[in-house]
Amino acid sequence: MSYKILVLAKQVPDTRNVGKDAMKSDGTVNRAALPAIFNPEDLNALEFALRVKDKKGDAEVIIITMGPPRAADIIREGMYRGADKGVLITDRKFAGSDTLATSYAISLAVKKLAPFDMVVAGRQAIDGDTAQVGPQVAEKLNIPQITYAEEFIGFSGKKIQVKRRLERGIEILEAEGPVLITVHSSAANCRVRNAKRVMKYKYARTEIELQEAAEDYIEMLENRPYLQIKQWSVTDLNADVSLLGLSGSPTKVKKIESVVFTQKNSTTLSSSDSDINKLIKSLISSHVIG
Amino acid sequence: MSKNIFVYCEITEEGHVADVSLELCSRGYKLAKELGVELNAIAIGNNLNNVADEVSAFGVNNLYLTEDEKLFPYLNMPHSNIVSKILKEQKADIVLFGATSIGRDLAPRVASTLKCGLTADCTSLEIGDHYVKKTDTTYKNLLYQIRPAFGGNIVATIINPDMHPQMATVREGVMKLEPLRKKIKPEVIKLDVNKYVSKSDFAISIIDRQIEAQKINIKGAQIIIAGGYGVGSKKNFGLLNQLAELLGGEVGASRAAVDAGYAEHERQIGQTGVTVRPKLYIACGISGAVQHTAGMDQSAQVISINIDEEAPISNIADYNIIGTIESVIPKMIKYYRKNSK
Ligand SMILES: Cc1cc2nc3c(=O)[nH]c(=O)nc-3n(C[C@H](O)[C@H](O)[C@H](O)COP(=O)(O)OP(=O)(O)OC[C@H]3O[C@@H](n4cnc5c(N)ncnc54)[C@H](O)[C@@H]3O)c2cc1C
Ligand SMILES: Nc1ncnc2c1ncn2[C@@H]1O[C@H](COP(=O)(O)O)[C@@H](O)[C@H]1O
Repeated sequence: MSYKILVLAKQVPDTRNVGKDAMKSDGTVNRAALPAIFNPEDLNALEFALRVKDKKGDAEVIIITMGPPRAADIIREGMYRGADKGVLITDRKFAGSDTLATSYAISLAVKKLAPFDMVVAGRQAIDGDTAQVGPQVAEKLNIPQITYAEEFIGFSGKKIQVKRRLERGIEILEAEGPVLITVHSSAANCRVRNAKRVMKYKYARTEIELQEAAEDYIEMLENRPYLQIKQWSVTDLNADVSLLGLSGSPTKVKKIESVVFTQKNSTTLSSSDSDINKLIKSLISSHVIG
Repeated sequence: MSKNIFVYCEITEEGHVADVSLELCSRGYKLAKELGVELNAIAIGNNLNNVADEVSAFGVNNLYLTEDEKLFPYLNMPHSNIVSKILKEQKADIVLFGATSIGRDLAPRVASTLKCGLTADCTSLEIGDHYVKKTDTTYKNLLYQIRPAFGGNIVATIINPDMHPQMATVREGVMKLEPLRKKIKPEVIKLDVNKYVSKSDFAISIIDRQIEAQKINIKGAQIIIAGGYGVGSKKNFGLLNQLAELLGGEVGASRAAVDAGYAEHERQIGQTGVTVRPKLYIACGISGAVQHTAGMDQSAQVISINIDEEAPISNIADYNIIGTIESVIPKMIKYYRKNSK
């Protein structure tokens, strides 16, 4: 049977372009107000998976993403770059999930796709920088984890070998059986879109997206099953609702404060020679430098 | 409910308790005093005879040790199973981990096992109450897990009212290392490794490791010249190097500068980098986003060099030099040479 690799990818608000209306009053993120992108390290994860596929030959890469309907964009993006299929987990009941509830929902989707050989996630998502979802999915699947992967080395028999990046060096690990791997930004960048794949997959749609599509479009999709992006709700996953969303999330936001800088007694200087000379002199005489 | 506090003591390559763990013991000791409970530590590895002594100046009451050849170097499954079981048995209420490669690999797995919350990269931990209007209940003595959040100028206080333990990771240098004047010998509880791990926990094996000695150490530097995106190029970072060498300091960087490839990741200062407290911090072309200032706002003196008079960094700087890096730094070098002789 072909080797099955599941890639966890998240659509994230581009935190490099954050405005003032980014947070809602209940403490959750107002995603609608921000440009949405493919989480950068999830692209490294996709590349990692594609390299495993290149090596294996007979393998399948499936992207799983949980988010609002528009998150289907990153599944298509993944398909343009080499993924074979996608699953969108979407339901209003997921809203407000913290990492524990998110990992619960994702682990159910992974189980629904079982048997699988490998789950690959990014190390962390830039909207929260928590790096928690990967290890928590692994725990819920009861499989081992290899975090901070930098390179897929290869197979040794059935075992996979991975190089991981630590604060002060590297480790090479070998894993038996299904394993979850989180990929570090120092790993290889993702290959770019492939023009043929863009042509092939640009019409891939989820159920929700199809509801707005024209008749002939739906007909076309029926003839090309690879264009159907699976869409799973709480019911499809048979999930316990009390473990999802705000009620399934142990962490609550108690309050959010804008940072009020207490104005320091500060001195403004120009870049003129005399200003800088004076500053350096005063730093030397007060023994801060020199 | 018990209010036991636990700190996971990470063991370094050299076999010592990591600084970040001792810093967390310092903070944990204060929290324990405030709550009137005991401070506990967990250490897992091989040959841990020195650990009791190393934590004795930090107020640890009980030290849980699990020693075995198989337990060093760190492996996720054995360590997370041991930690999870101890926390369950001891009914831990607050658990602190260093936000290191090990801590961030371990803590999420433990939190998932215990079905509790976990807040990454806290910059402050406090005790406080929480009132819920809807049910008219007050939760007493919760752990406030405080961290800068999402995008710009926001600091969030995270709590776990219902599901405990309450867990947090904290980066090295964020909490102060405060040894007590009077050492306390902790009570050592040695655990039998075979009761805590099984063979299947070793499904992953280490086939090679190359760990380098620490090269860049900006944490200990008294003077830091930090560059941001406004420095503009790797070449301009050379100016910062020159100034740092002259003043006997180290070069730091903002995340935007690291992302742009101007500086190594080890030099990143801020919420997801290192926290520093030098006597002089010169911020060059750094706007002063909270995620950055969280890592440097306790510097004794801050000088900012920026073309924008209103950049947020100007609110925390003692001196704001309005000008470009290219013009200001060479002048600083010139006048330092002239005046220091
Ligand atoms: C979850 C999360 C975690 C984060 N963690 C960190 C962290 O740990 N550390 C960190 O630093 N950031 C972190 N960030 C990013 C942070 O929000 C900012 O984006 C970042 O600090 C901005 O870097 P900067 O000030 O160098 O760049 P910018 O904001 O682009 O500022 C550049 C500055 O340079 C000035 N300038 C331009 N040209 C010149 C010139 N020729 N001479 C002088 N001045 C000039 C400009 O006026 C401007 O003020 C994090 C973000 C998130 C979302
Ligand atoms: N909603 C999601 N859908 C799919 N994957 C996710 C989601 N949230 C997190 N992940 C995966 O988990 C990794 C870590 O996320 P985080 O814990 O949020 O930093 C990400 O890089 C993704 O691979």
